[in-house]
Amino acid sequence: MASASVAAEGAMADKRATQWRIRRIWSGLGVGTAAACAGIAAVTLLVIFGYVIAKGVTALNIDFFIHLPRPVGIEGGGVSNGIVGSAIIVAISAVLATPLGVLAGIYLALFGRGVLAEAVRFLADVLSGVPSIVIGLFAYTVLVAPLKHFSAFSASFAFAILMLPIIVRTSEEAIRTVPRVIREGALALGMSTYNATINVVLPAARGAIITGLLLGVARVTGETAPLLFTAFGSQFWEVNPANPMAELSLQVFTYAISPYEDYHRQAWAGALILIVAVFIINLAARMALRSRVSRG
Amino acid sequence: MAMAQRVEPERTMDPLVVENLSAYYGEKLAIEGVSLGFPAKATTALIGPSGCGKTTLLRCLNRIHESSTGAKVAGRVLLDGQNIYDPETSPVAVRRRIGMVFQRANPFPTMSIRDDVVSGLRFAGGVRSRKRLDEVAERGLRQAILWDEVKDKLNLPGRSLSGGQQQRLCIARALAVDPEILLMDEATAALDPIATAQIEDLMNVLAKNYTIVAVTHNMQQAARVSKFTGFMYAGEDHVGRLVEFGETDQLFTKPREKRTEDYITGRFG
Repeated sequence: MASASVAAEGAMADKRATQWRIRRIWSGLGVGTAAACAGIAAVTLLVIFGYVIAKGVTALNIDFFIHLPRPVGIEGGGVSNGIVGSAIIVAISAVLATPLGVLAGIYLALFGRGVLAEAVRFLADVLSGVPSIVIGLFAYTVLVAPLKHFSAFSASFAFAILMLPIIVRTSEEAIRTVPRVIREGALALGMSTYNATINVVLPAARGAIITGLLLGVARVTGETAPLLFTAFGSQFWEVNPANPMAELSLQVFTYAISPYEDYHRQAWAGALILIVAVFIINLAARMALRSRVSRG
Repeated sequence: MAMAQRVEPERTMDPLVVENLSAYYGEKLAIEGVSLGFPAKATTALIGPSGCGKTTLLRCLNRIHESSTGAKVAGRVLLDGQNIYDPETSPVAVRRRIGMVFQRANPFPTMSIRDDVVSGLRFAGGVRSRKRLDEVAERGLRQAILWDEVKDKLNLPGRSLSGGQQQRLCIARALAVDPEILLMDEATAALDPIATAQIEDLMNVLAKNYTIVAVTHNMQQAARVSKFTGFMYAGEDHVGRLVEFGETDQLFTKPREKRTEDYITGRFG
């Protein structure tokens, strides 16, 4: 009797141990698959990075940064106008999109209730999925066609629209993560809602808001499609946003589809500069997120 | 159970008087028909089991209750005879006169100790003079018995302090705007016994000059720091009501109400 029940218990324990082993194997397989996928994603990026560096670094020299493009057949030349043009176009777009985006984020996080807020959130999400070439067409329709003139500003306008949803949603999230008791602490001191928001809540969310802004900048820095019919590109030195302007990614595109070997090398070099710029911006975004507590 | 108690006649002259106050979160009634006066220059403790509405009542006293979505209030709260819920009274003006300390110390994340203490004066009072702000910072920190511990690190973030120090920083911040009344919402609930004792000592000093309303779930603390005590209780309907108000000694030794006696003798809650 007793020995039979002991035997039964032993069988049960064996069964449980087997189940445990099977579970361990499945768990290991799951983790392994996930790690492999993560590895593939990371390796892909590294391969692209390595390839662009290998191809681009040979055309990189000081001339590339300080000279204007030279006509085909004449050796050398650079993309100084494109680098400056990119900086101008992206800077103007950030200036346009930041106040609007941060204010919308404040609205959604602190005041937005009901249908309007839900609609804004939904539309921001839709907007972030609209292909950039459509945004470019829109900028063309409202700024280029009526004025009958390509301009860097119209490119900034298109970029601002591309950045906007990123800034709106990251600002909203940033402000939401500021604990409610912080905001109430400010209100309890007799601060107006405005003062509590500007002086206490926003500074507390500052790091994450800057991160969102930088991510928005990184997003548009590599954009080419909207530029085709807004900034248009230029072979010349141009800093007036009212005129057509050279832009680095647009130059990469133009050079890459040209039939000339020298231009191809320069396209790789331009691509390298773009990737490095986006890399640095992303790095800065991470650092901004980390240094949240500063001294006032 | 009386729906609307009256304020006891001898309490109607108190600096802060609550008349037939009810508070809602959306459609949900949280407290109902609360009437009492908070005596001048003394600490009044609000005690009662969890969910009895004592914190909600406290949050109605400086109109911070209405910063929650859908929160509403009915009834009157008289500050020196003036109803703070009058349509023409701004909550901002009310909160300048009635300070508040929260359950969780909430130093402002990006501010130094000095900036935190003067933030009310700077951003609500519009004071810009550096010298004036420095003076106020020192005065507030001295009042909160924190000055000696932080005078050499006024530029460090408030968050670098210990929990008890952070809470005293928040008290200093509340005092720096010169309120008449100080609300304390379980201000020691998150602190260790030593930090708690420091805050309680501080409360006993401050009660000489301020009217203090302190929510606490700790009856020993109520007995240690308060001159008056209000006992709140929510029945089956989960609506909080004031059961009894009186001098702390009387309430703890000779409660008038059966439910008060049951609570303080530990029969429930």
